Amino acid sequence: MNNSDTKNPNLQLGHDGGVVLEKQETPWEEFLRVFQSDKQAVAGFAVLMVLLVMALTGKVLTEWWIIFDPEVVRLPDKFLPPFSFVTEEIPKSDRPFGGLYLLGTDELGRDVFARMFQGVFVSLSVGFVAVGISLSVGITLGGIAGYYGQEKFDLKIVLFGILLGLLLLYVKWNFLGYSVIAMFLATWAFRISVDTFIMRFTDAMLCFPTFFLILAAVALLPPSIYTIMIIIGLTTWMGTTRFVRAEFLSLREQDFVTAAKALGLPESRIIFRHMVPNALAPVFVSATIGVASAILTESGLSFLGFGVPPPFATWGNILSDARGFIFDAPWVFFIPGVAIFVVVLAFNLVGEGLREALNPKLRSR
Amino acid sequence: MWNFIFRSVAQRLILLVIVSFMAHSFIHLAPGEPSEVDPMNPRMKPEDIAKIRAAFHLDDPLHVQYAYWIRDLASGELKSFKDSQPVLPKIWDRFLNSLPLFILATILVWTLAFPTGIYGAVHRGGLYDRSTVFFSYALISIPSFFLSYLVILGVVEWLGVPVISLKTFGMDQADPAYKIMDRVWHLVIPSVMSALAGIAVLSRYVRSQMLEVLSQDYVRTARAKGLEEDTVVYRHALGNALLPFVTMFGFLIPGLIGASVIFEQIFAWPGLGRLGYEAILARDFPVTMTLIFFTAVLTLLGTFISDVLYAVVDPRIRLE
Repeated sequence: MNNSDTKNPNLQLGHDGGVVLEKQETPWEEFLRVFQSDKQAVAGFAVLMVLLVMALTGKVLTEWWIIFDPEVVRLPDKFLPPFSFVTEEIPKSDRPFGGLYLLGTDELGRDVFARMFQGVFVSLSVGFVAVGISLSVGITLGGIAGYYGQEKFDLKIVLFGILLGLLLLYVKWNFLGYSVIAMFLATWAFRISVDTFIMRFTDAMLCFPTFFLILAAVALLPPSIYTIMIIIGLTTWMGTTRFVRAEFLSLREQDFVTAAKALGLPESRIIFRHMVPNALAPVFVSATIGVASAILTESGLSFLGFGVPPPFATWGNILSDARGFIFDAPWVFFIPGVAIFVVVLAFNLVGEGLREALNPKLRSR
Repeated sequence: MWNFIFRSVAQRLILLVIVSFMAHSFIHLAPGEPSEVDPMNPRMKPEDIAKIRAAFHLDDPLHVQYAYWIRDLASGELKSFKDSQPVLPKIWDRFLNSLPLFILATILVWTLAFPTGIYGAVHRGGLYDRSTVFFSYALISIPSFFLSYLVILGVVEWLGVPVISLKTFGMDQADPAYKIMDRVWHLVIPSVMSALAGIAVLSRYVRSQMLEVLSQDYVRTARAKGLEEDTVVYRHALGNALLPFVTMFGFLIPGLIGASVIFEQIFAWPGLGRLGYEAILARDFPVTMTLIFFTAVLTLLGTFISDVLYAVVDPRIRLE
């Protein structure tokens, strides 16, 4: 194995501690070098950049300065294949841009291109917001569990928990309020550590079938795009919590944290300014893959009839609406299907590239 | 060893209580209620709604409802809101329907993922490795129902085999051989579809785990003393790489049941996922809650079995 010499620090010193001092590669340059050597990840990254531009222009051109109107219904022009021109019956004001249906029309004569174009922003924002929520929950819980680790609940935390419970009782969420109070009192009485408390909760969450839980919550709550984002976010944080906790457990023992403590920095600053940035590498990877799976989850919810409700077009609901017309209008089915596939694949490949590039063990091979 | 088993049983019992709390509060914290399913129905008078609410304890505070739920669950008298059938036999029947799908899918995942991942890791960076990594990403990137529709169309079009539902309707008079083949076709396609994502994910885990082990010192030592490459890989590395996967077994259960909601809907398979979907649509709280709880219990059982197996194969765990 050629990495044997990098593992032994003495050997390495002798190796380049000579007269010629080579210019040291900065971590960022090393990251770029490894990431760029992965052709699939670079291609995925290019796709994502194009997609980002499309999302922004799509938002502008379909909602603010309407060039492509996704909502115009033109019944005479329904089920037109891609690259067909508008028929004479359509009034001037309803015609698509340039008189051309670039990707054909659907069962109501709506322009599939305009709908797809609008959907980029919605689909991406579902992914990003959901991952944002799941990351903030995951990093916070994982950080607390890893940093405070074996410390027991002190009176301050228990009092805080009881206050929280009373607040819940005040807004008539009696059940939740009583459970919160009971939980905090029990953890204090049985001398359970903060780490155990959070990790048992995480374990319990891992026992539930995530997709089923999302479906139940989305179906019971009033239909809205924000509900979907929040629910996906709140049911997918467990992986991040475990990663961050593991990273924190090892970071806590390192010298720079001891130094920061010795300097008397407040704990919140040690956690968020010094430790979180060092624990982010695996989080980045799971975030990239998380966006991909949030987009897939949204399309699965659309398939079951609980996707993002109508005024918004997402790729998921275009696809699931089109499955009734596979034979009449295969393009309405295949275009969003292939588009979701390409985008999710791009996210996954970039995630894999990041994993390789950020993993010190796999680097410099 | 007994100490270890005792400890993990105790841990799981505590988890079980937490899980039952959570399953109950998830459903009841959402604002929708069963009596709202059909608000426009003129035959539903306010007093009927009040009667229904009283019959299902919907006006009691949540902790009382929780107590009722646990009592009815334990005595087996829990009834569905929708059709007043006992919940437990209902779930058990549907679970038995789903079981062949789960078992076949699991077998497919575990038998295909390991060879794929191991071979990829041993020949890291080769054509095979790069293409399987790419393909496994491709497989988890396709919306599952999109791919299933394409496969159904393909199978029906080119092979002329119907694959929707448990079996083809009206085959009762057919030759037993035909009947068996019919059942097999109906079983295989949905199992393969629900196994695909699992194969892709697991084979990548196996690959990275194997890579990790292959870079360990004891593998280098084994190479250094001149062992053949095959012996090094399959005798020294493989066992250690496979060890952690014993614990993954339990955590695959919630994924299987969660995904079955979509696959059983596509293939009109009268199983657990479909029961859940119907229950959610009807706001049938007892069935939904109990189903979530049932899955969690199955998962806890699965993780318990895999933990014990892990302790059997890896003595280090027992000593901790």
